[in-house]
Amino acid sequence: MKFTEDHEWLRPDGDVIVVGITEHAATQLGDVVFVELPEVETQVAKGDEIVVIESVKAASDIVAPLDGEIVEVNETLADNPGLVNEDPTGEAWFFKIKIDDMAALDDFMTEDEYKDHIGE
Amino acid sequence: MADTGTATGADLTELPLKALHAEQGAKFVPFAGWEMPVQFAAGVMAEHLWCREKAGLFDVSHMGQLRLPLAADAALETLVPVDVLGLAQGRQRYAFFTNETGGVLDDLMIARRADDLFLVVNAACRDADIAHLRAHIDGVEEITDRALLALQGPLAEAALAELLPGVTGMRFMDVAVIEWQGAALWLSRSGYTGEDGFEISVPADMAEAFARALLADDRVAPIGLGARDSLRLEAGLPLYGQEMTPGISPVEAGQGWAIQKVRRAGGARAGGFPGAEVILGQLCNGAPRRRTGLLPEGRAPMRAGTPVFDSAEGGAQVGIVTSGGFGPSLGQPVALALIDAAVPADAPLWGEVRGKRLPAAQARLPFVTPGYKR
Repeated sequence: MKFTEDHEWLRPDGDVIVVGITEHAATQLGDVVFVELPEVETQVAKGDEIVVIESVKAASDIVAPLDGEIVEVNETLADNPGLVNEDPTGEAWFFKIKIDDMAALDDFMTEDEYKDHIGE
Repeated sequence: MADTGTATGADLTELPLKALHAEQGAKFVPFAGWEMPVQFAAGVMAEHLWCREKAGLFDVSHMGQLRLPLAADAALETLVPVDVLGLAQGRQRYAFFTNETGGVLDDLMIARRADDLFLVVNAACRDADIAHLRAHIDGVEEITDRALLALQGPLAEAALAELLPGVTGMRFMDVAVIEWQGAALWLSRSGYTGEDGFEISVPADMAEAFARALLADDRVAPIGLGARDSLRLEAGLPLYGQEMTPGISPVEAGQGWAIQKVRRAGGARAGGFPGAEVILGQLCNGAPRRRTGLLPEGRAPMRAGTPVFDSAEGGAQVGIVTSGGFGPSLGQPVALALIDAAVPADAPLWGEVRGKRLPAAQARLPFVTPGYKR
C-alpha cells in the first residue's frame, strides 16, 4: 500500500488502484455524515476534486491521485458515511481508478514515509 | 484531501482550563483570538448526543464578562431595545446592541444582581462592546479573573446540585451567587444548547478544581465548540455573525420576541435605542426578510453561504443559509436561512450545493423541543 501527501492510501488490485483515506485523516475529519462519489467511467486528472466528504464540522475533498478512469465507486458510503470513521483503511474505500502505468505508484510514500510525514 | 492540520498561532489567548482540556483529549482550534477545544476524545457527534441525554460541561471563558453600576440601567436602555429598568433583581434577560440602521452589533445577556448589572458578551465582539458601552456609560468593568463554564443537559441540575444544593431552586433565567469552597460562584440558569442548564462564572484560580469536581460525576462529560454549534443550531438559537449581523435586523433574525412591549411603539419607553425607527417599524409592518429553518432532503449538509432558490431550475434566489450542518439529534442535515418575507411559509425551497439544487423543506424552529425549566 502507498500513501499520498493528501492523506490517501492507494492499494493496487489487479490493473486498478483502490483509494481511501488514512486513519489519521479520518480522525482529523471527525464524524463523517455525507459522502458524494464520482460517476463511474469518469475520466479524471491528477488533483481533480472528485469526492466530497462532509463531517459534522466541515466539508473536505478527496483528489484524484493520478490521471485515470473511475471504474468503480463504493456506494455503501452514500448510505453509511460513518463507515469512513469505523474502517477507513478497509471497507471504507472510496473508488477504484484505472491508470495507464501501474509503475506510477512507485512515486508515492511508503507507510513508514507517510508516518514520518504526519509526525507519528 | 485538503489540509487537515489544526494549526494554532502563538498569539492566541489560552483558557484557564487548557491543561485539563488537553488531559481530556481536546483538539484545539483558534476562535476569536482564543485557543478553544473544538472537540474532546468522544468527538462532536457523541458529545452532542451526550449533552441532549445527560450533562455536558463547556468552557466558554472566551466570552466577555462585564459589570456595570446598577445606576447604568437607564443608560443601557439607550443601547438595547429591551426592558432593562423593569428587569427584577436576580433575573437575567437576553438583549442585543443595535446600530443606526437597525442591525445588530452583538447579542448579550444582562443580569440584574444586588450590587451591579452583569453582562455576558460574545468573544469576537468583546473589545468593540466595551468601547461602545464606555462611550455611553461610566464605570464599565471588564472581568478578566474569572472563567465561564456552562453545564447543560437534562441531568445538569442533578449533577450541579451535588456540589451546590441551592441551584434546584433556580428557574430559567434566574441568577444567583452561591459559595463553593470559599469562592463566590455566579450562576445563571440559562445556556446555548436548547437544554436546561447553567452558566457558571468561577474565579480563574478555582476553575480547574470546580471543573474536576463536576467531571468526577459520571453524568458529566466535557463538550467542545463543535457540539456547542450543532446543539444551538438544532435549538434554533441565533449566532452573532451568522444569523445576526450589522446588516440583519433582530426582527429579520426572528428575535423580535426579545423586545418587550414597553420598548415597542405605544409602550411607556418606546424606542430610544439605535435603529429604533427601523426595528419598531418592522415589528408593526413586517420586515423584508425572515428567518426560517430548513430541513434538506438527503444527507448533504447545506452550510452557511448556500444560496436558496424557489425552484429546482431557474427561478429566483430568495435567500441564503446563515448556519447549516448536520443535526446529530435529528440524524439529518439542518440549516437556518434568511429568506425574502414574501416566500410563503410552506413553499418548497432548494439550496444550491456545489452547483446542484437540492430540495429543502421549510421547518418551524426550534428543530428540537427545548428543555428549559421555567
